[in-house]
Amino acid sequence: MNIEDKLFLNRFQVDDTSHLRIVDPKLCLEECRDQPCLYLCPARVYTLEQDGRINAAYEGCLECGSCRIGCPELNIEWRFPRGGYGVRHKFG
Amino acid sequence: MTESCEVAIVGAGPAGISAACILADQGVETVVLERGEFPGSKNISGGVLYGHDLAGIIPDFARQDCPIERNIVESRVWYASDEGGFSLAYRDAIFKEERRLNVFTVGRARFDRWFARQAEKKGALVVCGTLATDLLRNKAGRLGGVRTDRELGDLKARVILLADGINSPLAAKTGFRPDPAPEHVALAVKEIIELPEEIISERFNVSDEDGVSIEILGSVTRGMNGVGALYTNKKSLSLVIGGNLRDFAELKLKPYELIEEFKAHPMVASLIKDGVPREYMAHWLPEGGYEHVPRLFGDGYLIAGDSGMLFNALHREGSNMAMVSGKLAAETILQALKKDDFSEESLSIYQEKLKESFVLKDLKKYRRFPGFLRKHREIFTDLPLSLSMAARDMLTVDGVDKKTKQSRSWKMIKSKTPLLRLARLLFNAWRSVK
Ligand SMILES: Cc1cc2nc3c(=O)[nH]c(=O)nc-3n(C[C@H](O)[C@H](O)[C@H](O)COP(=O)(O)OP(=O)(O)OC[C@H]3O[C@@H](n4cnc5c(N)ncnc54)[C@H](O)[C@@H]3O)c2cc1C
Ligand code: SF4
Ligand code: SF4
Repeated sequence: MNIEDKLFLNRFQVDDTSHLRIVDPKLCLEECRDQPCLYLCPARVYTLEQDGRINAAYEGCLECGSCRIGCPELNIEWRFPRGGYGVRHKFG
Repeated sequence: MTESCEVAIVGAGPAGISAACILADQGVETVVLERGEFPGSKNISGGVLYGHDLAGIIPDFARQDCPIERNIVESRVWYASDEGGFSLAYRDAIFKEERRLNVFTVGRARFDRWFARQAEKKGALVVCGTLATDLLRNKAGRLGGVRTDRELGDLKARVILLADGINSPLAAKTGFRPDPAPEHVALAVKEIIELPEEIISERFNVSDEDGVSIEILGSVTRGMNGVGALYTNKKSLSLVIGGNLRDFAELKLKPYELIEEFKAHPMVASLIKDGVPREYMAHWLPEGGYEHVPRLFGDGYLIAGDSGMLFNALHREGSNMAMVSGKLAAETILQALKKDDFSEESLSIYQEKLKESFVLKDLKKYRRFPGFLRKHREIFTDLPLSLSMAARDMLTVDGVDKKTKQSRSWKMIKSKTPLLRLARLLFNAWRSVK
């Protein structure tokens, strides 16, 4: 079962603005060798674009916080989704 | 608009709700802020809860429609290699009758909601869909309330209980406690796998009310310091696997691939066969241990539960530490209300109460355990594999005499983990839990 199918099982109340923001895309390109956000994230929110930039598909975020402290450059501005938004567990 | 109350609690998890129950019981005006649409909608645990500590808050919980999944009558521990593993199980009839609900499984989306309702019945106000975004301070720098992202706006309070869990952007922003380093948290992913009730009972050899918990160590975490678990719910299984966040980064493991490999492990696969995945979740567990418990009180505030790193990784006890710390924080607040003194000094009795309880006693006892696991990576790499190979060889009946088998098993184990290292492992293991 791939990650897209896993996320499809979940219920999300998606906000229209992102709660995740890459502060300085240049850091990703020039300073970050391992780019851990690309594999650390349990929801595969971060993907590498053709032009080398990192895209953050915030809609599937599971709100674990791993990218927040796992980005070696602390380059991700991270907040919780607004109250009532984001992932909504059915069983927990 | 500004509302005010006596006690503001951030987070409607087990810590926050336990405190709210105790305070509301005494008629204290208590408001709990919860960012989820309902309490539990953001929370997960492996799924076991402890009756003793829940009864400390709601004595007759079993008669109050508490959403219990299954009563645990058997605990198993597996030490797994890639193709099999060792299994140790303990079952006891006492957990069926006399000590029923000593340990039981829950789904947190339902449990936390039920628990919060009990606090509401006692008079606490639980405000959901509301994120605490900042802490308010007066000119003298003393805490005086919580800022929220809702019309409610600011909530003024005489004292604040931070029960906001391990991942706290609020802590990062306001500095009430340090943000954890990656090596001090574990990242876990969980899947709920639906199966008919009677199939679960049959596969685990239990009646429909009873269940089994399985903790799984070994190569399933692909070399990470971590653990897997499989718990029985009424009509589903909880499958969890996680590892230290630093290890995830260093070994470049993808959590969603890790759980797929875990599901394919032969000992797991047969238990979840034909099950239908229903939900996929991720969460941190506090793993810093005693040495990394932050200061749990200050002028105008207290910290309880995961937010205070109160988690016993060896015994996967977190929800009970959350409940007990929440309760002790509430008792501290009741004393402070009587004195009308919310200074750091007045609230410091919280620390004394925690020290006298199992919470800090257990964390202190196991203070060397996180370091032990970090130092002895072979527990998750070579050791399960070579022990399994040895067992496989011994159990294969092929005409080779046992003495030859024994000596080649030893040789193989020692070639992977030298004798001195093995001795040190055993010594350090004993020292870390003694
Ligand atoms: C995979 C996994 C398996 C586990 N297994 C077990 C187990 O089997 N047994 C066990 O005892 N423990 C287990 N634990 C640990 C247990 O879940 C925690 O210790 C327990 O939930 C801690 O309770 P808490 O109230 O401190 O925090 P939480 O349960 O995390 O509650 C915090 C609450 O605060 C809310 N919140 C956070 N920030 C804000 C904010 N700024 N504004 C408003 N609301 C906010 C959150 O939405 C949440 O509801 C497990 C944990 C995980 C992740
Ligand atoms: S880990 Fe941080 S710095 Fe590196 S690529 Fe990802 S966001 Fe950019
Ligand atoms: S918080 Fe967790 S799920 Fe969300 S983007 Fe970061 S790592 Fe991914």
